[in-house]
Amino acid sequence: MKIMVAIKRVVDYAVKIRVKPDRTGVETQNVKMSMNPFCEIAIEEALRIKEAGLASEVVAVTMGPAQCVDTLRTGLAMGADRGIHVEATAPLYPLSVAKLLKALVEVEKPGLLLLGKQAIDDDCNQTGQMVAGLLNWPQGTFASKVVIDKEKQAVTVDREVDGGLETLCLDLPAVITTDLRLNQPRYATLPNIMKAKSKPIKKFTPQELNVDVKPDLEVVQVTEPPKRKAGIILSSVDELIDKLKNEAHVI
Amino acid sequence: MIRRTVFTVLKRSILPSSSSPLLPLFSSACRFASTLVLAEHDGGSINAASVSAIAAAGSLSKDNSISVLLAGSGPSLQEAAEHAASCHPSISQVLVADSDKFSYPLAEPWAQLVQLVQQNNGYSHVIAASGSFGKNILPRAAALLDVSPVTDVVAISESRQFVRPIYAGNALCTVRYTGGDPCMLTIRSTSFPVTSKSVESASIKSPISQVDLSTFGGDSIGKSRYVKQTSQEAERPDLANARVVVTGGRGLKSAENFKMIEKLAEKLGAAVGATRAAVDAGFVPNDLQVGQTGKIVAPELYMAFGVSGAIQHLAGIRDSKVIVAVNKDADAPIFKVADYGLVGDLFEIIPELLEKLPESK
Repeated sequence: MKIMVAIKRVVDYAVKIRVKPDRTGVETQNVKMSMNPFCEIAIEEALRIKEAGLASEVVAVTMGPAQCVDTLRTGLAMGADRGIHVEATAPLYPLSVAKLLKALVEVEKPGLLLLGKQAIDDDCNQTGQMVAGLLNWPQGTFASKVVIDKEKQAVTVDREVDGGLETLCLDLPAVITTDLRLNQPRYATLPNIMKAKSKPIKKFTPQELNVDVKPDLEVVQVTEPPKRKAGIILSSVDELIDKLKNEAHVI
Repeated sequence: MIRRTVFTVLKRSILPSSSSPLLPLFSSACRFASTLVLAEHDGGSINAASVSAIAAAGSLSKDNSISVLLAGSGPSLQEAAEHAASCHPSISQVLVADSDKFSYPLAEPWAQLVQLVQQNNGYSHVIAASGSFGKNILPRAAALLDVSPVTDVVAISESRQFVRPIYAGNALCTVRYTGGDPCMLTIRSTSFPVTSKSVESASIKSPISQVDLSTFGGDSIGKSRYVKQTSQEAERPDLANARVVVTGGRGLKSAENFKMIEKLAEKLGAAVGATRAAVDAGFVPNDLQVGQTGKIVAPELYMAFGVSGAIQHLAGIRDSKVIVAVNKDADAPIFKVADYGLVGDLFEIIPELLEKLPESK
């Protein structure tokens, strides 16, 4: 079985983002970019499945501008076997990404498609569900545990839901999106970073995959959230109780 | 053609600076909004977040005909339908899909159900609350209908223009949906509060009708099977809807110490929350996690003990009315958003609070 993992290049999670003064978006020039943390978890899970002898190959896929190749190399340095880059300069929304992924699935025919549950830039939490719908594959979203049964061609997924954990059994091929607690991603070692430079990366354009990426969403503006009024530091518990009772009226 | 020219000329003479003669047409189109609300139900009633989704549907346009879709099987579904029919005054009808296929909230049959109901009735909008239920199903249904959904809407500025947080709530993005029907969204329930007044006035019962499932296909049905649910039994109020939330972080140091937070919550009639650090350290189960990847809360009072205030955590609490922070590190980022801060040892402060706080009503 082949596993395909979708990864996204995003502003590093530790960066304090700034909204552009013209309100067209968030400043991404000269800002540290990294692989989306949920995508790292997806790659890690694919590698663990392969290391357990349940998969033959891990293919990392990314979409976006030329710089996304750096993110792909990170995935290859972690241990993915090869990469696919769909080069697109216009902004891609989850619907377009899902259609591109579907087209790639039809080329590569993986038995499992892994994605992060959401990207930390647009916070959409849609792509995995959408590609599963387009492929007509079952989906296991927000996964915190994945167990593959090779004989039955099925996968058992523990999902993090509002009330606790839910366990589902899905027939393969399936789409799984990863939650934070699924695993602890490994670091790429220096020798592996060097090796990753010679691993193959195949390039596609949306046209070659026959996918129309014209968006049906339009960003009107991006603004700073309203600032909270500066608070005060109190000196004692008595003062706190007094303020909560008589000033804020919340207790 | 002539009429349109006259119309345009007239309009220009009235509003010479108007650059958008299409605007009146647009607004007349959205006067006929019809919305499908995908509701989640449990134990014979629809949940509070779904009622918020109904409230959000009501703010899309003045004359919006709102249908609530419930699926499931057996008597608890019928009970939930009765509850849905009278839970909010703006509901026009309740649609019920009763089949074993919907016994569990599996995305595959539910997304196909939404697709079927949409194709039969042609709604202009489809809404669900942004819980794990809505986030699992709605994007899949959107893909089947070939439209882009909008996640986690916190404000509706026009019938197809919404505000949503991005970058863990560090920016607000206004997006316009320009595609065909339906416009699909999930709403953040804390941004669309349901007033008790509107619930009480809902004395009229809306009609309940069954969804015709004779044409319900099912190519992807059966590919996923429900195994079990491990739920965290909690006697305290639900975290997402509590009036007061008391949260502990890594500063609590152990699961044993976390019991102090629970005691304090009991005294305040509050829900208990936790940071990712506290969950990862095993102090509490992960469904208590508050933040970007956990639950978003907006209580009247949010009290954080031993919480540093990482941006991912702040994203989940920034709409709280009053934030109280107790931390021994005076430079902790949480103090930048807290209304009231106490710098000190929480192992001294919590017992003192327990002693001095009045009993909750």
